[in-house]
Amino acid sequence: MHPALSIILFTTLSGAGLGLGFWLGMSAVGSTFQLTAVTALLSITLAGGGLMASVFHLRRPTRAWRALSQWRTSWLSREGIVAPLALAALFAHAVAEWTGTQGSNAIGLLAAALCAGAVFATSMIYKQIRAVAAWSSWLTPSMFLGLAAAGGAMLGVAVESVADQAGNAALIGAIALNLVAWILVCSWWMRLDRVGMGTSDIKSATGLGAKGGVRQLEPPHTGSNYLLTEMGYSVARKHSAKLRMIALLTGGLVPVVLTGCALQWADAPFLVPAAILHLAGVGISRWLFFAEARHTVQLYYGGR
Amino acid sequence: MTDLPDRTERKLGLVIDLDVCVGCHACVVSCKAWNTSGYGSSLADTEPYGPNPSGAWLNRVHGYEEGEGESAAVVHFPKSCLHCEDAPCVTVCPTGASFKREKDGIVLVDESRCMGCGLCAWACPYGAREMDPAAGVMKKCTLCVDRIYNENLPEDDREPACVRTCPTNARFFGDFADPDSNVSRIVAERGGFDLMPEQGTKPVNKYLPPSERRGAQALQIPQDRLDALSDSSLSGILAWVDRALSRL
Repeated sequence: MHPALSIILFTTLSGAGLGLGFWLGMSAVGSTFQLTAVTALLSITLAGGGLMASVFHLRRPTRAWRALSQWRTSWLSREGIVAPLALAALFAHAVAEWTGTQGSNAIGLLAAALCAGAVFATSMIYKQIRAVAAWSSWLTPSMFLGLAAAGGAMLGVAVESVADQAGNAALIGAIALNLVAWILVCSWWMRLDRVGMGTSDIKSATGLGAKGGVRQLEPPHTGSNYLLTEMGYSVARKHSAKLRMIALLTGGLVPVVLTGCALQWADAPFLVPAAILHLAGVGISRWLFFAEARHTVQLYYGGR
Repeated sequence: MTDLPDRTERKLGLVIDLDVCVGCHACVVSCKAWNTSGYGSSLADTEPYGPNPSGAWLNRVHGYEEGEGESAAVVHFPKSCLHCEDAPCVTVCPTGASFKREKDGIVLVDESRCMGCGLCAWACPYGAREMDPAAGVMKKCTLCVDRIYNENLPEDDREPACVRTCPTNARFFGDFADPDSNVSRIVAERGGFDLMPEQGTKPVNKYLPPSERRGAQALQIPQDRLDALSDSSLSGILAWVDRALSRL
């Protein structure tokens, strides 16, 4: 599948921003009023920026408001509704914390639920597409939720560390979440290698094969087309093993080691670079998420 | 709404006869010609006369080879929207632009509501939807909805452009909900099949298989006819011509 930059930015930044919002809503981070405000601002900026980036993916962005209408069947519509609600709830939570309003915790829990719901809805956009066997698994939402939780935790402790407020429990939590998230990513990759294009093949796609093998003889057009640029992407496979390793190191291993160092040497600035590296690693893994996934339409063009 | 109807009154669709199609692409061209000036915005091309021509088409003819060695046969394979009963392209649409009509089961795009996100094209396992490069809205086969009910056209022309134009009668249009319709009968007689049934889309369009006799093997001339051509069995005037020519 075509790895559009707007969608990679959207899923990476919004995922981390909403993850951060989740931990803020759960009161796991934001130990002071100032930190709550800064964390809420960072969360809303990342998630909101990601949503803005996703609009650049649209060919008719002025009609984006219509995407709020089909929540009954469309996960993209549900995502478009829940994500802004989550941002609004985060804002309300930060204001309530700042002003000491009663019920601030309840608003926080609501915000956390909406943040988790928004990430889940994003992941379901891909999970529901049966034509892309690599995506069509519960591992996809698990991986998105896992990476969002890990990214939110990494960002959360990074913000706390700037104010020397990063507690050991939070650091250990961030390490654990990061490990779980990257185990999920590795499981997703292993499944991808196993399923390929799923149960469909050129024989089921064409209904031919009664006489033996089926091969493409000539494609229907000499030039490229939308189907090939959008769903025939095949650049990634050449370097996929290296890119997976780079993503795993940048997004998982190095941030975990840096966070471990922060446990040992609390004064040194380990956590901000750890969070940035983590986001970069997630971005690479998200590029692979699209670039490596194969659509059944490739079968009609001789893909195997 | 992007909810799929529980059932549709009629199930309009196409039967494509893979035994008869000669791969002339006339259906592709007539589809483009009709639909670039019919329903919705025109069907745009980019660089049509340049080095990298591309563009939106609603019907494409692939070419496959089936079988091995002498029994291998070429199969021309037209592919357009199958107007699935369980159309995944419709339910994923966030704006309500995609819909399946309760009346006749045709899957359509209301272009004025389409925001060009492309999710429906991802959801379609068959590659039946293409983004218009100029209008930025999703294009797909409409089953020539602006022909089939068009009372301004002579009755003969009230069928999809691809069906109307096919010079070998490899395409049929009709109502699959009616068990006595032309398409239902052809599918029953000739073993019409679904493309990728495992995708759970329940396509309405059906394909008819190429016949067993196809391939180079089928064209092999029986030995007795070959023997008849050898000089030993020639007689009469042919034998005289054969002898005369051999002596020269």
